[in-house]
Amino acid sequence: MIPSAFDYAAPATVAEALGVLADAGDDVKLLAGGQSLIPVMKLRLADPAMVVDLGRIGELSGVRDDGDALLIGAMTTHHQIATDPLIAEHLPLLAKAAATVADPQVRHRGTFGGALVHADPAGDMPAPVLATDATFILAGPNGERRVAAADFFQGYFTTAVDDGEILTHIRVPKYTGWGAHYEKFTRVAQQWSIVAVAAMVRVEGGTIAEARIGLTNMASTPLRATAVEQALVGAPLTREAIATASAHAAEGTDPASDLNGDAAYRRHLAEVLTKRAVIAAAGL
Amino acid sequence: MTITEVGRSRLRKEDAHLITGRSRYTDNITLPGMLHLAMVRSPFAHAKITSIDASAAKSSPGVVAVLTGADVAAEQGSLPNAWPITPDQKAPAHPAIAVDAVAFAGEVVACIIARSAAAARDAVELVDVSYEELPVVLDLEEALKDEVLAHPDLGTNKSATWIFDSGEAGTGKPISEALNGAEVLIERTFYQQRLIPAFMEPRSTLVDPTGEQITVWSATQIPHILRLMLALTLGIPESKVRVIAPDVGGGFGGKLQVTPEEAITVLAARHTGKPCKYTETRSESLMAAHHGRAQVQKVKLAATKDGIVTGLDVHLLADMGAYLGLVTSGVPILGAFMYNSIYKFPAYRFECTNLFTNKAWTDAYRGAGRPEATFAIERLMDELAVELGMDPLELREKNWIKHEEFPFTTVAGLEYDSGNYEAATAKALELFGYDELRAEQVRRREANDPVQLGIGISTFTEMCGLAPSRVLGALSYAAGGWEHAQVRVLPTGNIEVVTGSSAHGQGHETAWSQLVADRLGVPFENVEVLHGDTQTSQRGLDTYGSRSLTVGGMAVLAAADKVIEKAKVVAAHMMEASEEDIEFTDGKFSVKGTDQSTALGEIAFAVFSAHNLPDGFEPNLDSNATFDPQNFSFPHGTHLAAMEVDTETGQVTIRKYVCVDDVGVVVNPLIVEGQVHGGLAQGIAQALYEEAVHDDAGTLVTGSFVDYLVPSAPDLPHFTTARTETPSTTNQLGAKGVGEAGTIASTPAIVNGVLDAVRHLGVKDIKMPCTPSRVWAALEEAKTTGGVQ
Ligand SMILES: Cc1cc2nc3c(=O)[nH]c(=O)nc-3n(C[C@H](O)[C@H](O)[C@H](O)COP(=O)(O)OP(=O)(O)OC[C@H]3O[C@@H](n4cnc5c(N)ncnc54)[C@H](O)[C@@H]3O)c2cc1C
Repeated sequence: MIPSAFDYAAPATVAEALGVLADAGDDVKLLAGGQSLIPVMKLRLADPAMVVDLGRIGELSGVRDDGDALLIGAMTTHHQIATDPLIAEHLPLLAKAAATVADPQVRHRGTFGGALVHADPAGDMPAPVLATDATFILAGPNGERRVAAADFFQGYFTTAVDDGEILTHIRVPKYTGWGAHYEKFTRVAQQWSIVAVAAMVRVEGGTIAEARIGLTNMASTPLRATAVEQALVGAPLTREAIATASAHAAEGTDPASDLNGDAAYRRHLAEVLTKRAVIAAAGL
Repeated sequence: MTITEVGRSRLRKEDAHLITGRSRYTDNITLPGMLHLAMVRSPFAHAKITSIDASAAKSSPGVVAVLTGADVAAEQGSLPNAWPITPDQKAPAHPAIAVDAVAFAGEVVACIIARSAAAARDAVELVDVSYEELPVVLDLEEALKDEVLAHPDLGTNKSATWIFDSGEAGTGKPISEALNGAEVLIERTFYQQRLIPAFMEPRSTLVDPTGEQITVWSATQIPHILRLMLALTLGIPESKVRVIAPDVGGGFGGKLQVTPEEAITVLAARHTGKPCKYTETRSESLMAAHHGRAQVQKVKLAATKDGIVTGLDVHLLADMGAYLGLVTSGVPILGAFMYNSIYKFPAYRFECTNLFTNKAWTDAYRGAGRPEATFAIERLMDELAVELGMDPLELREKNWIKHEEFPFTTVAGLEYDSGNYEAATAKALELFGYDELRAEQVRRREANDPVQLGIGISTFTEMCGLAPSRVLGALSYAAGGWEHAQVRVLPTGNIEVVTGSSAHGQGHETAWSQLVADRLGVPFENVEVLHGDTQTSQRGLDTYGSRSLTVGGMAVLAAADKVIEKAKVVAAHMMEASEEDIEFTDGKFSVKGTDQSTALGEIAFAVFSAHNLPDGFEPNLDSNATFDPQNFSFPHGTHLAAMEVDTETGQVTIRKYVCVDDVGVVVNPLIVEGQVHGGLAQGIAQALYEEAVHDDAGTLVTGSFVDYLVPSAPDLPHFTTARTETPSTTNQLGAKGVGEAGTIASTPAIVNGVLDAVRHLGVKDIKMPCTPSRVWAALEEAKTTGGVQ
């Protein structure tokens, strides 16, 4: 498991990193936690001529209060997301999802930004972030640009990040007081999601006032279960009503078939897991 | 003799170095001037090699040489199969580096030798191999048709057919009688999926050709057999080969092999005259180290209406894969004697056809043949119970050998020396809460609970302690089954025990020290156990088949006894008494009826100085012993699994697992517990998680641990383990093997439990591994086919 030889740079600031990227040509890869990139390089499925390590750029790490949102640095680790008090208060969905990623070692190295840019359809962070309507902040040769979550995930392992750009921060609106749950379905404890459902609900006087549902691994990108979200608005806080709404979960999905299950099974799982996620989020 | 050690849960003495990184695995060893190897492997499952252009690789920086099959064709020989199960068994030649053709994806076609591991790896891509693809045969039923051949030159995919017939063998009635007269006949086909041993330490070999001998360090279970086989295969005098198995990180049968990579490393060292090391990657390990199981079992169980089993007919198709490894062909035969298990029905027939396919070859994997057999019979007993509307335990009890009937000669011709199935089952039931769980099962069914409960039973036995040499001979195995030990008494009275059974995680160092400490009356700490180096341990047959204690341990005790006999002569001389009056207890020799005594340590020093020894006494207390068992040992037990099936998702969870194992007298309960836990994990893995899957072209799809799902601690329940102790009568300690018991017993317990949970919903069978998607699909299918039968 030895990767091909590559050049390595470890810039200390975003500006410096952008400079290195500009000079490096197009055969370059950014290194965040390395939990996806390094395995792929060791298997020689990727052999970049240069690796630019973002690990020394302090400004990319941490969670800040930014008014109606939290500003999360791309290099913030899964472990930090799972344990950060601001996130626990305003975005418990992210904490719950991050806690299901792999094992403690991977969570201590793998990063929020790395997982989002990697955009594995089975990865656990994209769907929750999509459900929050977050904004992605990218630094590039022409300055900063912002991309809405709905436009960020473009396909199988493909995002709006262009060559030469760095994801610096993710601005996630606060959902203080919302109930949240991430329902992940796997065959063994430490596994990528076969299907998972991210759910946030705002309950008002015995009914569901608002709901946001994200689906993991139901297509080449994370999806919003909009039909379920709509059906839940105004629904009474009962298991039956939630189950009825959740029956729409597979609408508009296009899941893959693999060793863990075929598409039909995944569509079925989406319904069952949506029901369970919403019930848990609603505290029933 | 005061017993203070045997039966004591000592922490393992070897663990301190293993878990603090002071370990010496083969890959940790670096020699001056050492070169590194990387293998070029075939991406195709079946192809002719039309040309190999290694020129670019040869001129790549750091590359010293590239070896192809053609380069070593004259010297590489054919890798050994030690078990020709029939005189007309067919087998293709098995070159370490493929010469003209490849027969599975992952087969080595060239070897890079370079100054660094990175340089070797870089050059792999530069070797240009041209292949002409050939059609592949992957499925056993297809292989049987002989339409597509795994090895066209052989003219058939059939390696051998092996039959046992109780009517012909005189051990029972003809099966035709049972089948024709059956009041109830249960007919099933079971699929034993292909598994990958997935030991923790990947295989690694280092060969030093400098000096008079070739020294081979290898991550192997079998240093002694490897030495002999490398010598025979490569034409090196055996005395010129020294094999060392340093710390070895697990094997589970997967390192009971003479591998192409070991032979290639020797060839590379010979070619370059320099030490050469090869360590496989995990991907290579999953793809090219031998696999296990892979059988189709067509079985018929005949019984009377009141549940007396009258006969069993077994037709097996066994997947050899592309070649016959060391014991590939014999693995199904090891199962042949176990299909009748603990039951005493009168007629049994077993027929196995060994077939070649274009996949990695199969060979021993924890249990080797016996898990497959146990699965089939235990699944059948459950199916019969359902058919008859009987409680599955009651049915088993009706048919099993009663404790007062031992020794019992089975319909397969083995003599079970001892056992008490009633006692183990009673204890298991008590710990399990059988009646309460059955009541809960009824409640859940009635309430149509989305989570259904099932109870899985497996009452098993197995044959272990491989093996009486004459039995192995009768089965056409090339070697014997004895084991050797040496006990050396050092001048200080410290003891060195040299054992031929080479541990690779089992804890022999601790257990053997306990045995010898008791026998010689010396402190545990004063015993050192040496193994795994053919220069220290000249003779041995190594570690597999749960043989170490019941065979190797007995050799150790026999050698210790010889030490006592020798020392007695000196003691008599020193104390001026006659030998008959000398007694040995707790490390001291004393003269009967006096208070005169001498410790073993004092005698050891007297022998060392040799100043005053009896006339003609050879000045050493060392002794050798070789033990050849007269029979196998037959551990048994009752395993009960409470399984929950989430009918909405198909997810299966183990709610409770109780096992009562009878492994006879236990030397170290902690080690036994560890073996049981690990064994259970692997058996459960077959039931629920693991399967080697290939695509239509024969490429391994489960080529990494992302897809080949090995369960870890969070996937397994808290195991409730207990023991009954019915001593074996076939060895002086009364011990039976424990290395494979958990793996053999647990697979059917789990699957029986899963089916018990959903059978009332119309599910008839679920293939292993019972994955959520398969369970859900079975439930869906049951709905459309009309539910309850
Ligand atoms: C054993 C194991 C199990 C795992 N299990 C799970 C799981 O269950 N669920 C799950 O969701 N994930 C899982 N992962 C993946 C883990 O979450 C990774 O951490 C994550 O996918 C990638 O994050 P990283 O920081 O390691 O990124 P890296 O591997 O360093 O990079 C990933 C990709 O993103 C690019 N990139 C990284 N940061 C930036 C940036 N700031 N701007 C632009 N491009 C960037 C890199 O160039 C690279 O292409 C697992 C990983 C391992 C090793």
